[in-house]
Amino acid sequence: MSAIAAPATRDSLLQAALRSPNFLIGAAITLVFVLAALLSFVWTPYDYLLQNIPNKLKPPSAEHWLGTDHFGRDILSMIMVGARTSIAVAFIAVSVAMVIGVPIGLWAAARRGTLLDDVLMRANDLVFAFPALLIAILITAVFGPGAVNAIIAVGLYNMPVFARLARAGALSLWQREFIMAARVSGKGAARISFEHILPNIFNTLVVQATIQFALGILAEAALAYVGLGVQPPTPSWGKMLADSQTMISLAPHVALVPGLTIVLMVLGVNLLGDGLRDIFDPRLRRNR
Amino acid sequence: MPSFILGRLVSLVLSLIAASIVIFLVLEVVPGDPAQFMLGLNATPEATAALRTALGLDGPLLERYFTWVLGLLHGDFGISYTYKVPVSGLIADRIWISLPLAIYALALSTLIAFPVGILAAVRRNSATDVGIMGATQVGLAVPNFWFAMLLVLLFSITLRWFSAGGFPGWQDPLLALKALTLPAVALALPQASILARVMRSSLLDTLGEDYIRSARAKGLSQGQTLWRHALRNALIPVLTIIGLQFSFLLAGAIIIENVFFLPGLGRLVFQGITSRDLIVVKSVVMLLVFAVILVTFLVDITYALVDPRLRRATR
Repeated sequence: MSAIAAPATRDSLLQAALRSPNFLIGAAITLVFVLAALLSFVWTPYDYLLQNIPNKLKPPSAEHWLGTDHFGRDILSMIMVGARTSIAVAFIAVSVAMVIGVPIGLWAAARRGTLLDDVLMRANDLVFAFPALLIAILITAVFGPGAVNAIIAVGLYNMPVFARLARAGALSLWQREFIMAARVSGKGAARISFEHILPNIFNTLVVQATIQFALGILAEAALAYVGLGVQPPTPSWGKMLADSQTMISLAPHVALVPGLTIVLMVLGVNLLGDGLRDIFDPRLRRNR
Repeated sequence: MPSFILGRLVSLVLSLIAASIVIFLVLEVVPGDPAQFMLGLNATPEATAALRTALGLDGPLLERYFTWVLGLLHGDFGISYTYKVPVSGLIADRIWISLPLAIYALALSTLIAFPVGILAAVRRNSATDVGIMGATQVGLAVPNFWFAMLLVLLFSITLRWFSAGGFPGWQDPLLALKALTLPAVALALPQASILARVMRSSLLDTLGEDYIRSARAKGLSQGQTLWRHALRNALIPVLTIIGLQFSFLLAGAIIIENVFFLPGLGRLVFQGITSRDLIVVKSVVMLLVFAVILVTFLVDITYALVDPRLRRATR
């Protein structure tokens, strides 16, 4: 897609970025969460583990901006530390899935039509037949719950997404003249894949990675909610929601705050993805 | 067409075999001995060994795999380690919650998404379109289990229209459907958002085609053109997404069942994990993967029926 578009200079990309409200809003929201997560390593308003039972389930106030939970812990501090968990799990999972999935897709495309291509793509379909949650359940059954296993589950689920995308993008490029030229000049399939094909599908991959990152945050929250993600006392947004379930009528804020946080973060990342797509591929902007 | 179906069928069977091997091997490496777990800490080694033999855990790997798979084919899923009853019975009881829930949610999501997506496409770039796209953007970002909690807060706790959870059984179908309504709405919302967006963009693509202009030129009204020409062609990508969504709904149902305390397959799997009842986990996971693969197969076939060009296309 993007390969066909006229090569954009760095300046025009920047201009397009500044003109895309999706990109600006999405990037701002994402940045706030990333900064909050980073800040939580050195500073949080309160110690996120500090329990203060007499002060439990307090609604938002000047001392506790987002209120306190059922143990009297400061919710803002927990949200900040939870951002770490969310971002780390989703980011590592999607990165690993890309690093493994993209070369598989490129390899299959380089050997298109062969048995190898078929086997690789069937294996992909097979992994794809396991919904992320089922993978997580299987992994948890074997290794027990935890952040690493959540990463493996989300990562495994994402791998075929990138393999398929890379293969589809590469397949159309292999027919193009500049690839022909590279082949004539004696470059091998692996070199062509990484030197010529990868840079040309990179934009598409980045847009997809952003979308998968947003889905990864939702998946991490869902896994933590059912107890298959990070284990207490490490805060995570999904776990906070699970804890709040029985108190929702007593103190709605304990359920509203983590939920709205997830919505805002996912919304921001999705907008960022849409914005990136607009910037990389101006033709899409006019169509959709 | 028959050769196309045959080809798809072969790939369906191969996928199922591969999936069963993966699931079997993964649960083989699980640490812990089910026999030990069932008998507790005070069991004598002799009793544990006897139970292992009785459960068929002693045989070679290949033999156990074939026993399991052949059993599955006969509807014999083995005996649950903890419930001490046939797993097939446990599944049969619960599938009548999970499957109707997934279908209910799919129907809701389609019923919401079609009109909304069509409206957005027809009123492209209007305030309606922008509003709908904004709403679906939020719908995509809402975790379904959190939405479920909000539904409970509003409709069960505050308004008291629906119960907050549990399932009364199918003796009274209306009551049963009522109990599944909030869970189905919670499951349907994010799916409806995706579907509405796909519907809109697919319809916009179709509306730009030459044959649509021809249809208008020969005097069909906008509604007629939309109904007779545009929608039919726009449905192909929408169908793919509906097929994909079914697997998401089945998996999503696992979580939503936990929110509403519905005794479906999802809760069965979680109980299986906590009590190390691996034969239950193995069978339910296999069943869900089977459902996903089967739906993919059916979507492929439907495709070929809708669009003859795809019959010849090799993937």
